Amino acid sequence: MEVSFAMTGKGYVLLAADTTAVHSIIKVKTDVDKIKELSPHLLMAYSGEPGAVVSRDTVQFAEYVERNIRLYQIRHTYPLRPPSAASWIRRSLAESLRSRNPYSVNLLLGGYDTSTYTPHLYWMDYLGTLVEVPFAAHGYGSYFALSLLDRYHDPEATVEEGLAVLRRCLDEVSKRLVVSPGKYKVKIVDKDGIREVEL
Amino acid sequence: MSIMQYNGGSVIAMVGKDCVAIASDLRLGVQSLSISSNFEKIFPVTDRLYIGLPGLASDVTTLREQFRYRVNMYTIKEEREIEPQAFAQLVSSTLYEKRFGPYFIEPVIAGMQKTPSGSYAPFIAATDLIGCLNFAKDFVVAGTASEKLFGVAEGLWEPDLEAEDLFETISQTLLNAVDRDAFSGWGAIVHVITKDKIVILSSSAFISPGLGLAS
Repeated sequence: MEVSFAMTGKGYVLLAADTTAVHSIIKVKTDVDKIKELSPHLLMAYSGEPGAVVSRDTVQFAEYVERNIRLYQIRHTYPLRPPSAASWIRRSLAESLRSRNPYSVNLLLGGYDTSTYTPHLYWMDYLGTLVEVPFAAHGYGSYFALSLLDRYHDPEATVEEGLAVLRRCLDEVSKRLVVSPGKYKVKIVDKDGIREVEL
Repeated sequence: MSIMQYNGGSVIAMVGKDCVAIASDLRLGVQSLSISSNFEKIFPVTDRLYIGLPGLASDVTTLREQFRYRVNMYTIKEEREIEPQAFAQLVSSTLYEKRFGPYFIEPVIAGMQKTPSGSYAPFIAATDLIGCLNFAKDFVVAGTASEKLFGVAEGLWEPDLEAEDLFETISQTLLNAVDRDAFSGWGAIVHVITKDKIVILSSSAFISPGLGLAS
């Protein structure tokens, strides 16, 4: 099952997502990047509903969002700030919900606002629910990770400390989830932009 | 599981002496899993008018934005602020427009209504998800803990409570009712509205036992 985690720290947001693509009982691909880079300071991890059949839906929506966020930046020569981007993405999901064919994709949106120098993390689901959180997770892995993050998360932690907490979450998922993903992609966004991190 | 119970949350409003109070919990969950202890469901409409929106979280945000748009249009066209009575009718028609594909929200409204003599009278109202209005004289409740809220409110409420006493009454009503409900709780917020000022008390004043988080 698809799983993703995210947490804020001192001046950064850390996002992690699994890298497996599954069809029935087969792992079709094991190096999928499920974290889209929407703008120089905005990351979006996408995943399907836990238990549901994973479809092309999630990727279609994620790319639709990516292109539209980029379009805003092209038109206005200035990237959309995290709270505004979150609002736009949420509205797209809420409109999709009551359409003929709703998107079934859950998101974690992490961004650094270069005007206020603050990191922002948003939890969003396929219904168009949007809430700003200090840490978040999607998928069955969330049942393990959220409690660990309640205990160990520190909003003023350094990147190294944040990665240590993330490692705790990933280890717990590997230990306890029946179909645990093998590899994860980890990305971080801060004042200097986006970079990938090796765990 | 019912769509109205998917995210959880409850709201209550009460009438006092020349004041009203509206209060809600702060939980956002996905069925049994709690996601956030900071999900506000009460929004200001004007200085003296607040609306509480318990129900499906996605619709909470959508409706709040819809009402903000419609009230802004009203203010531009009428060149004055909307009064609670008119706003309640606006809420009702907005919901009934979606009669055969409704928003999963049961709004609670609280405000101070201007009277012909120039003073203000307390006003509360609630609607069901398709806009049926209820203009109560004492209190209105909505959300997953609504039955519990009815019970405690019926016991604790009395007419003509002053602002400080109304605050205590509504707080105790909310806290004890949501403590019996699995889908509501995880923090609370109370707004008391009087004719000249609004007092907001945040969740840090309500660390209920078992919450496990300091706000």
